[in-house]
Amino acid sequence: MSAGETATGAGPRRARWLLWLPLCAFGLVLAVVLWGLWRPADRTVYSAMVGKPLPEFTLPAIAPGKPGVSSADFRRGTPRLLNVFASWCVPCVAEAPQLLTLRAAGVPIDAVAIKDTPADVAAFLQRHGDPYASVGSDPHSRLQLALGSSGVPETFVVDGQGVIRLQHVGDIRADDVPALLRALAEARSPR
Amino acid sequence: MTAETGLVALWLAAALALAQLVLGALALKPGADAARAAPTVRAVATVQGALALVAMAALIAAFLASDMSVALVAANSHSMKPWLYKFAGAWGNHEGSMLLWVTILGLAGAAVARLEHRLRADTLVATLAAQATIALGFYAFLLFASNPFARLDPAPADGAGLNPLLQDPGLAFHPPTLYAGYVGLSVAFSFAVGALVTRDVGTGFARAMRPWVLGAWIFLTLGITAGSYWAYYELGWGGWWFWDPVENASLMPWLAATALLHSVSVLATRDGLRAWTVMLAVVAFSMSMIGTFLVRSGILTSVHAFAVDPRRGAFILALLVIYIGGALLLFGLRIGTVRQGKLFEAVSREGALVANNLLLTVILGIVLIGTFYPIVAAAMGVQLSVGPPFFDSTAGPVALLLVAVLAAGPVMRWRRDEAGEVAQRLFPAIAATLFAGVGAFVLGGPIAPLPLLGIALGVGLAVASVAPLAKRDLRRAPLQLWGMVVAHLGVAVALIGMAASTAYTQERLVAVGTGDPARVAGFTVRLEGVRPLVGDNWTALEGRLAVTLDDAPVAVLRPQVRYFTTPVTTTNESAILTRWDGQLYAVLGTLGEDGRWQLRLWWKPMVTLIWFGGFLIALGGALALVGHQWRLWRQRRRADDLAEATAWGAA
Amino acid sequence: MRRAVASLALLLAAPAVAQTALPPLAYTQLRDPEQERRARALMETLRCLVCQGQSIADSDADMAGEMRALVRQRVAAGETPRQVRDWLIARYGDYVSYDPPVSRATLPLWLAPLVLLALGVLVARGSFRRRGR
Repeated sequence: MSAGETATGAGPRRARWLLWLPLCAFGLVLAVVLWGLWRPADRTVYSAMVGKPLPEFTLPAIAPGKPGVSSADFRRGTPRLLNVFASWCVPCVAEAPQLLTLRAAGVPIDAVAIKDTPADVAAFLQRHGDPYASVGSDPHSRLQLALGSSGVPETFVVDGQGVIRLQHVGDIRADDVPALLRALAEARSPR
Repeated sequence: MTAETGLVALWLAAALALAQLVLGALALKPGADAARAAPTVRAVATVQGALALVAMAALIAAFLASDMSVALVAANSHSMKPWLYKFAGAWGNHEGSMLLWVTILGLAGAAVARLEHRLRADTLVATLAAQATIALGFYAFLLFASNPFARLDPAPADGAGLNPLLQDPGLAFHPPTLYAGYVGLSVAFSFAVGALVTRDVGTGFARAMRPWVLGAWIFLTLGITAGSYWAYYELGWGGWWFWDPVENASLMPWLAATALLHSVSVLATRDGLRAWTVMLAVVAFSMSMIGTFLVRSGILTSVHAFAVDPRRGAFILALLVIYIGGALLLFGLRIGTVRQGKLFEAVSREGALVANNLLLTVILGIVLIGTFYPIVAAAMGVQLSVGPPFFDSTAGPVALLLVAVLAAGPVMRWRRDEAGEVAQRLFPAIAATLFAGVGAFVLGGPIAPLPLLGIALGVGLAVASVAPLAKRDLRRAPLQLWGMVVAHLGVAVALIGMAASTAYTQERLVAVGTGDPARVAGFTVRLEGVRPLVGDNWTALEGRLAVTLDDAPVAVLRPQVRYFTTPVTTTNESAILTRWDGQLYAVLGTLGEDGRWQLRLWWKPMVTLIWFGGFLIALGGALALVGHQWRLWRQRRRADDLAEATAWGAA
Repeated sequence: MRRAVASLALLLAAPAVAQTALPPLAYTQLRDPEQERRARALMETLRCLVCQGQSIADSDADMAGEMRALVRQRVAAGETPRQVRDWLIARYGDYVSYDPPVSRATLPLWLAPLVLLALGVLVARGSFRRRGR
């Protein structure tokens, strides 16, 4: 870059390519930036736990007449859904009908209520339907952190051996249901 | 009507920028007489700047009048807002801030056209043409992609309000400060391009460019310093630098401008570092463009990002390709044919300045790579974060090396010096470094190596920075020398503040009931009560904290939690007690179920030195600027006197 | 602004407020100052997952509070900061750490400063006149 000042000798020859270095560096930055600009911006934080066994946990019950949830429930041979939700979360209301559809299709669904109270959970289930086999209470997001989940709602497909097969981030839309059913069917066969 | 006036002025200004470019290009054709075209180009540049100012004034008028039929006002203002924020609201949004950018750009172009008389006519015309090209891009951006004067029909009853976080007197003037800095760098860029076009890279070019670089650098320094203090008191956790993409975006042009500032001084006084100066001028402006791009495009997650839109990002990117790509191409083709500057040896003032420039450029490279690396990693299919641990451990040591060079440079002789003699001259500074390092270790206990080195080198630099004044008659020392001393001292002061506050901050996080004491660093803080409060467009809860030191009352602090309704936001207003040796920083948290309030208390020793140092750096720049201009004015007056005397003699 | 933008983002993600209070360790310190120092240093390098680029050490988001409590509890239980960090990385990937672990993907990043310094030395050598002439 300081080629203009170089003295005689080895200087100028070495400096020739240095003159074009800034343009190359600029081209590189530009390529990176272009890629960043035109790539679909996916800022979702996915769990690194997919493909690994569920962490060990036992959560107390929070919904009336339903048991709590523990990791042992997921090792009984049938694939299940683990739904991370909260009564105070609006997208959870939006996904409630889809969960009912899945339940009607015979999918067992267990739930974890994040930072919730029994009264609120009961009211939520009464108003928006109750697809759950069991609901555990996670008042300090402990299981949520252990799952690598970063928000509500999220849904995990867990196979019969307790291994997480799929993570669905955000509310389940109507057109997400077939994919979830497919994942559950795949979870039936061992990997 | 106001909005239409603004729009017409904007179109006219764009047309004049085009004219300025075409006239300039014609005048530079082989065989054309640039000297004859210069007055016309100067006039066009002046009127263009005035028209941009009219457009900006029209927008401000629309905001002040709360004219909700203007879409931009409706989206960003509210009739109930305090006067100052209606005014500042004019640039608290994308379109308005771009208009402000181009207005400052136009005014700077006009100033070059009016004031610059030392440059060769062809270089001046080429510079103004380059300046017009930059302006033209931004006019096109405004007129075709982000018209600030678009109307709404029907007009809404009232506006949506300004982001409450931007409702802060400091922040109202933050963007104009940064833009003034960016635009100053664009002028330096235009000078560099002009000089490359006419192969006129020399002392005259450097002297013409220097005040613009100095001015830009002062504004950038002030902008970063103020922004850092704002983040410190507004965010409520006592941090003053987060290595956030948007912060980095403001740091990168500053680093380049700092290097450019030193290199342009060498070129102006010693006729060395020609290629470096041109290169850095291009780099500095490209960094300010990349900074603007980063903030506008939203390609990186930042807490400071607002109104992001990928299409706007694409537009800025296109401008970036044209300007920077073009300039770097020109650089590669032309700089080889520029006559060589003066040579010097490694151990010399110039040598130290080259080292300074290289180290600043290395830091700039690290910050650039670290900021953009998450995108590179994403391209490789990896999601990762690059944050403080990376920047601290890589840029930190290089910065400390730079501080050592900074201490040595000013006591070295131009052209050639002896290393042994330099060490001798630096003896007091080296002694101070060792003394401070050992002292900090003995008194303060073991701390992390980087802050320890920071404190030691900071003290050493403070001693070294005043060394150039030793054995001089202080009253006769030129203002430029004072400027350098003050600015370097500012670096030392800021460094000591950063290192000491990092190493010795004491934190106290507690839940307290009314009357319970909380202790931090010898202070006892008692929550006396919490009361509701109503402001202009917010409500708040205000805690009353009685602070005592050794049972003597010191102060009452009143931290607030503010709730805004348009739009719905909660902010923490920290309460800060400033003492000579640091700040006590208090934040009120939430009320627990047990009736106790969360309190966050910090004692941050020496933390104020960070911003005081930043202010000193800017002050040093201002002294140097005044010093240079004063000398210039005196020289010109002497020349006039001489000419007058000659004229009298002839008569 | 960080804080407010964070709360805004949170508001969009979950437009209602959580029903239970945060665990005490989200906003209080550990008794043992040495453990607290280690926990605090770790928190400064962990990214708040629901914020717009802040560490969990300076965020008011609920999730950041839960993560602070988790870090403090684990450190108090005798885990080293590295173990806690690895535990979180096993769950959230490298994204959760502001200190990118050295891997094939981050090697260029960590080597870049050295390459830049070397390049700087090269450029500097070219611009000095040889001594002793």
